[in-house]
Amino acid sequence: MPETITLEVTRYSPEQEAEPRVQQYEVPLRKDWVVLDALNYIKDRVDGSLTFRWSCRMGICGSCGMMVNGEPKLTCATFLTSYAPEGHIRVQPLRYFPVIRDLVVAIEDFMSKLGSVKPWLIRKDEKPIAEGEYLQTPEQLDLYKQFSMCINCVLCYAACPVVGLDPTFIGPAAIALAQRYNMDSRDQGSQERMDVLAQHEGIWGCTFVGDCTKACPKKVDPAGAIQQYKLTATLDRLKSLLMPWGSK
Amino acid sequence: MSEARRTEYTEFRPRWYKSRVSTWWWLGRWSYLKFILREISSVFVAWFVVELLLGLHALSGGPQRYEEFQGFLCNPLVVALNFVSLFFVLFHAVTWFNLAPKAMAVRLGGKRVPNLWIAGPNYLAWVAVSAIVAWFLLRA
Repeated sequence: MPETITLEVTRYSPEQEAEPRVQQYEVPLRKDWVVLDALNYIKDRVDGSLTFRWSCRMGICGSCGMMVNGEPKLTCATFLTSYAPEGHIRVQPLRYFPVIRDLVVAIEDFMSKLGSVKPWLIRKDEKPIAEGEYLQTPEQLDLYKQFSMCINCVLCYAACPVVGLDPTFIGPAAIALAQRYNMDSRDQGSQERMDVLAQHEGIWGCTFVGDCTKACPKKVDPAGAIQQYKLTATLDRLKSLLMPWGSK
Repeated sequence: MSEARRTEYTEFRPRWYKSRVSTWWWLGRWSYLKFILREISSVFVAWFVVELLLGLHALSGGPQRYEEFQGFLCNPLVVALNFVSLFFVLFHAVTWFNLAPKAMAVRLGGKRVPNLWIAGPNYLAWVAVSAIVAWFLLRA
């Protein structure tokens, strides 16, 4: 195994440059190093001006997502040695997001889309606190648990071509999180979410490329969530057409 | 890929860089190409429907018209188009059946049933219907 590997890192200084450029760095190729370790090595030892987001280093916080050789990855979970045969690693900011500086992207658009699907428990009737918690069986938990594993790392947005082509598309993670609450036995807000989700900008914008599910580091399967919701929305629409008098 | 589009100036974020999606974005990756082919397949599915309607129309117009229609079908260009259409319709059907287990999260005894249990009956029904149609067409 060679002793070093080349990192081709996208740099962008909005004060000085109109467009991003590529800067190369040689970093030690250590077996136990992930791409994030290499970036921290560069920042600490080579070039302190390199800017990127990170926090937990263990796939929980979802802040170190970047494009690694063209694929959206959590850099804390992407080992340098996986790319040793190629000899170089291209590190770019997450695709389709506006770049603020170097590898840091603006995710405000995602945050507002996420808010629009109301990803919290909505109750029509709140029972008094004295009556205790809303209980749930393990089976009921199992229905939505997979979707609740999302860490908002937005790798799925960087994987989805529809996100790039149609900026109004709500996107995989937000829909999967809406589904996480829709399927929660304690929630009563699915109809409110349907007004947002059953639109062209919602589920019908999805063309089932399926790359969001492949990119997800937490195995949330946003593509599955969206396809399942397409079925739910279609059945709901059919029901309201056949039985317009039926209460929603 | 590289036309700079400055999204917004704010006090702390002087300038954002947003790259444009290339017209050829779908060529670089098999899953993207597959998606585009699947979208295009709908045109060929529509062609088969049109062809069937043309056939029915010719049939209702009498033996002479039907013979003319058969002559049209024998045109090498139409044969080539139908061959390509068949490929796309098969592709459309396979991707559709493979999607079914994603859309239908059926649970039995608290567990999701395997994908094959959902896709399998779809494929079996496809084979059965195809066999019945083939029997009707080929028995003479």
